[in-house]
Amino acid sequence: MKHVDIVIIGGGPAGMAAAVSAYKAGIRDILILERDQHLGGILQQCIHNGFGLHHFGEELTGPEYAWRYEEEVQKLNIPYKLGAMVTDLTADRKVTYISEEDGEVTLDAGAVILAMGCRERSRGALNIPGVRPAGIYTAGTAQRFVNIKGYMPGKNIVILGSGDIGLIMARRMTLEGAKVQAVCELMPYSGGLNRNIVQCLNDFNIPLRLSHTVVQIHGKDRVTGVTIAKVDENRQPIESTREFIECDTLLLSCGLLPENELTKCAGITLDRVTGGAVCDSYRQTSAKGIFSCGNVLHVHDLVDFVSEEAELAGASAAAYVRGELSTNGRVIAVNPTGGVRYTVPQMLYTEGGDVKLFFRVADIYNNVTVRVSDGNNIIFEKKRKKVAPGEMESIALKADILKNINGDNITVTLIKEGEKA
Amino acid sequence: MICIVCPMGCPLSVEKTADGFKVSGNTCPRGEKYAIAECTAPTRTLTSIVPVKGKDMVSVKSSAPLPKEKIFDCVNVLATITLDAPVKVGDIIVKDILGTGVDIVATKNIP
Ligand SMILES: Cc1cc2nc3c(=O)[nH]c(=O)nc-3n(C[C@H](O)[C@H](O)[C@H](O)COP(=O)(O)OP(=O)(O)OC[C@H]3O[C@@H](n4cnc5c(N)ncnc54)[C@H](O)[C@@H]3O)c2cc1C
Ligand code: SF4
Repeated sequence: MKHVDIVIIGGGPAGMAAAVSAYKAGIRDILILERDQHLGGILQQCIHNGFGLHHFGEELTGPEYAWRYEEEVQKLNIPYKLGAMVTDLTADRKVTYISEEDGEVTLDAGAVILAMGCRERSRGALNIPGVRPAGIYTAGTAQRFVNIKGYMPGKNIVILGSGDIGLIMARRMTLEGAKVQAVCELMPYSGGLNRNIVQCLNDFNIPLRLSHTVVQIHGKDRVTGVTIAKVDENRQPIESTREFIECDTLLLSCGLLPENELTKCAGITLDRVTGGAVCDSYRQTSAKGIFSCGNVLHVHDLVDFVSEEAELAGASAAAYVRGELSTNGRVIAVNPTGGVRYTVPQMLYTEGGDVKLFFRVADIYNNVTVRVSDGNNIIFEKKRKKVAPGEMESIALKADILKNINGDNITVTLIKEGEKA
Repeated sequence: MICIVCPMGCPLSVEKTADGFKVSGNTCPRGEKYAIAECTAPTRTLTSIVPVKGKDMVSVKSSAPLPKEKIFDCVNVLATITLDAPVKVGDIIVKDILGTGVDIVATKNIP
């Protein structure tokens, strides 16, 4: 069996950034396996701009952001295979892939980096009664049709879900000549960025119907319309508010799920909330030498943070291969409570150096204090004016704080002072 | 008004004063610039696609923000174009589109 120092599964922004970082940490025997015909992952279809403000200090489109990394991968001559689909992974790091060129191959990897990204929640995950005529797509599928193939899925459109992909697609479809009737959002707030509500909806007078959902889809062969309704505090549709909207296409933008089939194959422990692996501060999973980063670990809103996380995973994998990954000190479990839904990492080490802890909150809160405590003492506090589920938060815990933790777990909590928004 | 320059999305308020505008709520100077532009001559960056014969679409963008009211006219200009491969990142697809002084450039390689 052929040995490779570091095998990276997925050639999106996470996989490429991890590869570059492992290379810079001195590892040369690297292989990126990508099932698609090009590197870049989902960014190839995200043609709008707004990427890279943090990472490159300028505003790039998705394909340009991907290209920056692809250029670097090529310049450094980091080996990659396209059309190579990984089909199996074991806890002792045997990676099996198939490709037209090589057939089925199993590699013995010194370290593995999981960078498979995420997929969209499909309509199966939604409970809309009625038949299933043609004309229902996830927003991401429509994005691929329009932006890569130049094919318009419809002319008269309703979008369910106001996350960023839904908002971005409302603008794309409008610019391509379609009429977007409405964007419906089950929650009383949008999951997308304010700037996208302004430049994707308000600019084109597209109504955002908060606390509304689609309760029925009409049409036999092709969608002819949808019935929407307002929902009450328990998110149950209110009968008297039913309203028919004529349309030929329904786009669903109802969230993303990390793609963790391979992670499960290897028996790696998953986090029920993130849908990704449970990891430590090096982004190492429960299987030694297997690391995870990007959207396969937890869904990111900004690719800049994907790159940052992937660089950390790449450097950690390099250290692991050299036998230098320091997992010294006690293992501390990080427990999210009181309005904090999850944290990444879920585990850290008392002697592992500074740690940046990422987390998401359950609701919109104004004037909160993020508090980290170890049962006896408050070890860290930070005030935040506003936190929202759609925006990932982070706090930086210094090495000397971590050294002084009592016990074997810490909690991350929101202390609410003001009113709930 | 919400600043759209970066993902922070600061809520801005603008007051007209004798010698211009007074902006508040911005976290950084780009917010002030945006608010004044939005009140005088609003602009947006355009991103779109152009077909390449026998290949996938190439994604394009305006090299600088365009006057907001010209966005649809620019889309109509792009709709008349078909390119031949190869196209490279940064290639100028339309020079000085509709006399705005702004170019439309490719954002992807189509080999
Ligand atoms: C539809 C959609 C739209 C988005 N829009 C935005 C946006 O506007 N702005 C933004 O900042 N972020 C956006 N995101 C989030 C975006 O995905 C991340 O910012 C970033 O692309 C994640 O990088 P990644 O490398 O983790 O995943 P991806 O970009 O998804 O890359 C994963 C790669 O792994 C490959 N892969 C998966 N499984 C296998 C396997 N078994 N074998 C081999 N290869 C495999 C895939 O083909 C893919 O190339 C969007 C996501 C989606 C799904
Ligand atoms: S004011 Fe500055 S920080 Fe606030 S959204 Fe605008 S550019 Fe971003």
